[in-house]
Amino acid sequence: MKHLRLMGTTTLALMTGLSPVLAQVTEIGAPEGQVNIVAWPGYIERGETDKAFDWVTKFEAASGCKVNVKTANTSDEMVALMNEGGFDLVTASGDASLRLVAGDRVQPINIDLIPSWSTVDDRLKDAPWHTVDGVHYGVPYMWGPNVLMYNTEVFKEPPTSWNVVFEEMTLPDGQSNKGRVQAYDGPIHVADAAQYLMFHKPELGITSPYELNEDQYKAALDLLRQQRELTSRYWHDAFIQMDDFKNEGVVASGSWPFQVNLLKAEGLPIASTIPQEGATGWADTTMMHVDAANPNCAYLWMEHSLASNLQADLSVWFGANPSVPAACTDGRGMATAESCTANGLDDFEKIRFWTTPVSNCSQGEGACVPYYRWVSDYIGVIGGR
Amino acid sequence: MSSSPAILPAKGPADRLTALFWRHPRVLLAILLTPPLLWLGVVYLGSLAALLLQSFYSIDEFSGVVKEEFTLKTYAELLRPSNFDILLRTVLMAAAVTLACAALAFPIAYYAARYAKGHWKAAFYLGVMLPLWSSYLVKVYAWKLILAKEGIIGWAAEQTHTSWIIDGLLSIPGMEGSSLSTSPLGTFMVFVYIWLPYMILPMQASLERVPNSMLEASADLGASRGQTFRTVILPLALPGVIAGSIFTFSLTLGDYIIPQIIGNSANFIGMAVYQLQGTAGNIPLAAAFAVVPILIMLIYLAIARRMGAFDAL
Repeated sequence: MKHLRLMGTTTLALMTGLSPVLAQVTEIGAPEGQVNIVAWPGYIERGETDKAFDWVTKFEAASGCKVNVKTANTSDEMVALMNEGGFDLVTASGDASLRLVAGDRVQPINIDLIPSWSTVDDRLKDAPWHTVDGVHYGVPYMWGPNVLMYNTEVFKEPPTSWNVVFEEMTLPDGQSNKGRVQAYDGPIHVADAAQYLMFHKPELGITSPYELNEDQYKAALDLLRQQRELTSRYWHDAFIQMDDFKNEGVVASGSWPFQVNLLKAEGLPIASTIPQEGATGWADTTMMHVDAANPNCAYLWMEHSLASNLQADLSVWFGANPSVPAACTDGRGMATAESCTANGLDDFEKIRFWTTPVSNCSQGEGACVPYYRWVSDYIGVIGGR
Repeated sequence: MSSSPAILPAKGPADRLTALFWRHPRVLLAILLTPPLLWLGVVYLGSLAALLLQSFYSIDEFSGVVKEEFTLKTYAELLRPSNFDILLRTVLMAAAVTLACAALAFPIAYYAARYAKGHWKAAFYLGVMLPLWSSYLVKVYAWKLILAKEGIIGWAAEQTHTSWIIDGLLSIPGMEGSSLSTSPLGTFMVFVYIWLPYMILPMQASLERVPNSMLEASADLGASRGQTFRTVILPLALPGVIAGSIFTFSLTLGDYIIPQIIGNSANFIGMAVYQLQGTAGNIPLAAAFAVVPILIMLIYLAIARRMGAFDAL
């Protein structure tokens, strides 16, 4: 989940430099004996971390393709590894996927060769972070929301608005929220502020929290400066945030289902919600290298990623949501309707998925504030400027 | 009786190679020296040069693409208030940590060097070195727990009704936080703890080199203990103090993990570099930030050299 911290560079004009449609694989031949995958830590488990979580060994036995995994901690690392070559597949997040497409590092996927494609969530089938001009460059893997985590001893009722982390207020337990809330320390958090404004200040005319013109951007920064007054520490590492909820008296913060599930499992009074303003989120895609040496095994793996216990068990393991909704209910793995609801499956419509802010946006050429400025300005905000 | 020739015929390639080295000693020297020199030159100096070069580029405000034209614009950006804050914050923290380390380390080093004997001496060495053997991250996380609002310090203060001391410290302007672990004061304490051994060890080494005869001479000439300390021990030990301060100062200047875990999330130079490079693609500004500690350390080392910190090398 570390990839959530890091969003990609804005340097590529994603809106323009689209690659021509490359030749697709037309049929699956004999398996090559191996497949090399670049993945987020924890994404591809073979029962070595925890015996109960294994979605590799059966695939290897059935297909004869040995799965070699190279983990990467950031989207940049993933893009760099794919640029180097030597890999067949990558589990790319929304900020890396379009960069890979624009850079011709991945090839179109022939969905006819993936029988389980039809089971993919309809809302993800043509998602803009892997579909360009109607061409599919990957198979959806997992997605998840950035939820509002809160302490149930302080909030008897779930908070209905993100205002608990943006505005100074008295919380239900009678004390101020000052020093008791947190925010994500990645610059992409500007989007959360923009989404809050989108709801509360419609006059700003924000249509997407990732496409902000100068005025909208300034309003978002002002809101974040106000938040700085309330925040004693910004969170960066999931485990540090969990520790802050346990030992530092933090009672509300944007977070991931991952932390919520772990804290709940420890028996702490923690719950999460998606408030009325909606939430931001992330979605990952399995993409295939343009020069993949093992295309047949790669296709077999993509089918496996949708059809097997992977979707269900990974959902439980990672606190994420399967791209195949049936995985929650058909008993192929450990996921249940309840566990998927806990991970935010029902909130898809409320989520605006992370994409890299670029200057050429739907508001016009160069109309939006690009990501590198989000970075330098957010550093300033956290520094009290 | 058969006579053997003065020079035996070469028996194989190894013999011929030995002969070559013997006749041309410089060849051997070149072979031995080339790899480390290449390493130093290409890998180390090369990357430094690349860094320096990048810092003279700039990022195009509009597209976010790095422009490969020489300009000082990026350095000017360092002077923007939000960036200058980061430089100032880092340098002040490094200076404060160095002074605190020196003040704490001197008595410890002095006792260990001049009074501890036998087993006690070993115990002192072990005590100072022991923290260095455990993982840096483990120590920092442990401190996060110790300093937390509901950690042991907060608990002890509550039990003894001395919470007002902590609250008072946390209300000093610039030190604000909801607990020690979210205050710059906490960052400072952890820095001091982590780097203290690097101050004690060189200090102890230099104090051990102060000859007893000089102290006796000083006493014979009627100097009081204080005078001996000020005029004999301190000047002779100064190189060690400065050597230690180079460690603590430069290590604090470059660290980006402690301020990320402990403190109020305000950026230090290392954190800014980390954020600006990978994700933002603002390599020029990251490089310019990275050049600052190099310059500061060059100045620092020049001063240290003048004060004789390297005379004992």
